Amino acid sequence: MWDTLLNSNTQWVLLSTTILGVAAGIIGCLAYWKRQNLMSDALSHAALPGVVIAFLLIGEKNLFFLVIGAAISAFVGALLIQWITTTSRISEDSAMGMILAVFYGLGIMLLTIANRIPGGDQSGLDSFIYGQAAAMVTSDVLTMLTLALLVILVVFFGFKEWKLFLFDRQFAKGIGLSINGMNTLYTVILVTTIVIGIQAVGVILMAAMLIMPAVSARYWTRSFLTMILLSASFGGVSGAVGTWISAMGSGLPTGPFIVVTAAGMFVVSLILGKEKGLLVTYIQFRMHRKKAKTRVRVRTGGVT
Amino acid sequence: MTYTAWIILTAALVGMACGLVGVFLVLRKTAMMADAISHTVLLGIVVAYLVTREVSGPAMLVGGIAAGLLTAFFVQWLHSLNVQHDASMGVVFTTLFAIGVILIATSVGNVHLDVQHALMGDITFIPFQTVTLPIVGDIPEATVILLLVFLVVLFFIVAFYKEWKITTFDPALAASLGIPVLFMHYFLMGLVSVTTVASFDAVGAIMVVAMLITPAASAYLWTDKLAVMLVLSGLFGVVAAIAGYVIAFWIDTSISGSMAFATGILFMLSFLFSPKHGLIMKYIRPSKIAHST
Repeated sequence: MWDTLLNSNTQWVLLSTTILGVAAGIIGCLAYWKRQNLMSDALSHAALPGVVIAFLLIGEKNLFFLVIGAAISAFVGALLIQWITTTSRISEDSAMGMILAVFYGLGIMLLTIANRIPGGDQSGLDSFIYGQAAAMVTSDVLTMLTLALLVILVVFFGFKEWKLFLFDRQFAKGIGLSINGMNTLYTVILVTTIVIGIQAVGVILMAAMLIMPAVSARYWTRSFLTMILLSASFGGVSGAVGTWISAMGSGLPTGPFIVVTAAGMFVVSLILGKEKGLLVTYIQFRMHRKKAKTRVRVRTGGVT
Repeated sequence: MTYTAWIILTAALVGMACGLVGVFLVLRKTAMMADAISHTVLLGIVVAYLVTREVSGPAMLVGGIAAGLLTAFFVQWLHSLNVQHDASMGVVFTTLFAIGVILIATSVGNVHLDVQHALMGDITFIPFQTVTLPIVGDIPEATVILLLVFLVVLFFIVAFYKEWKITTFDPALAASLGIPVLFMHYFLMGLVSVTTVASFDAVGAIMVVAMLITPAASAYLWTDKLAVMLVLSGLFGVVAAIAGYVIAFWIDTSISGSMAFATGILFMLSFLFSPKHGLIMKYIRPSKIAHST
């Protein structure tokens, strides 16, 4: 059991999924309060054509270029979603659904072509897209680590600005904070987090890494800073535990185990959470009822 | 009928069934439920396979519908516990999908089912698996199932047209009239699941999402009348299916991917050129549009 943990390749992979979980947990909190939880799902699918085009252009699986391709394509997707929602009567969820499906369809078209060219089949492009953390090599891990740390730093150094941007936009505008600039920066770090996560958990499950830790953290605190810290640790722990479980068997996919771990934490938070968790709500309900009953009894006792 | 004709016919049936159901998803602003259900259907299919140990139509249909309804139920339940609606969607579908993938990797052993196939679909092989019907002769199995599903969807939408209309545009009025709003919601989710499962094997999850949302959203830009929107949406689905096939044939690539892409082209055309809500018309007569909305 511990052998798998001592394997040096597993250690690298473990490190990268943990950092990825931390980064996704932090950005997830921003997305949660921007009420754009499913945006991450749309953008991770929208990254696919970019990945394949980057591969077709350079002809080999180099994580750095694939990530750049993915980022450009996801960013185009984000812009299109924004353009469609602001200029037409189409609602945001329809726009996201369309971009997701159409970009993914385009990606599949290109992928079929890429798999047909000589050498394309063995390039490991599929494992990149559907997430196989074990297939990562050291240079991939370093790329991931650098980008994830960059994202985390951006959030922490601008913490005050992010808080204003999310919770009091009017005031933020009043003191001269550029809302457009913040929006763009938000999209950039969201896209970065998504594209570095694709390799580890796959395009489909990347959304879970951003959504679940944030929603779970919400059950434990009312402070934004605490929520971010909690969400980061939830994300990190689920990344580590999920990778560890998948490393114990052979050929087990990493992404799904990370997601299931995160889901387990969500269920625990939902039930036991201090803020509006099911158990707390139930106990409060009982106490209220008891109090109300005694109050009624006291009052009627006084009258009769 | 020829090989090509069967593929186009099957895809056109997917387009029409999805186009009809999709209209209500788009109008009720629950379009992303299509994405959620199309992913969780995988879990239902895998469980059905593990129980029956065979890749059979009916069992998978039941499993898929159950999974779809379960998704709708969980999302609604989490939402009632004050989780943001889209967040509860994201939590539920990714978890169920992840469980499905784990089951495939651990118990099914990649023999008959694999995730990639399910997501991309393999419409290319549809004409080879046929059933023999009286009078008409040999028909591909998937085409028969999709035809049935299309008829079921059409029947329920026409039969409860008034109810759909009221619950979609004015849920409060519908509730006060005694129409079971929540039941209609689950009913719609049931229809989405049926359509998704039936199309799943034929065209893959991602094309189902494209066909559910994009033609309906395109139709929404052309008209303000529900009946017209339904017809247009179904029509766009068929056009996208044919255009997609032509594109796929032309550059020799994935058929379902091209069909999903074709829906996108249709939407872009509508987005730019629609006489009512198109970008160009808005640019030409901004005052009139602004006045009318």
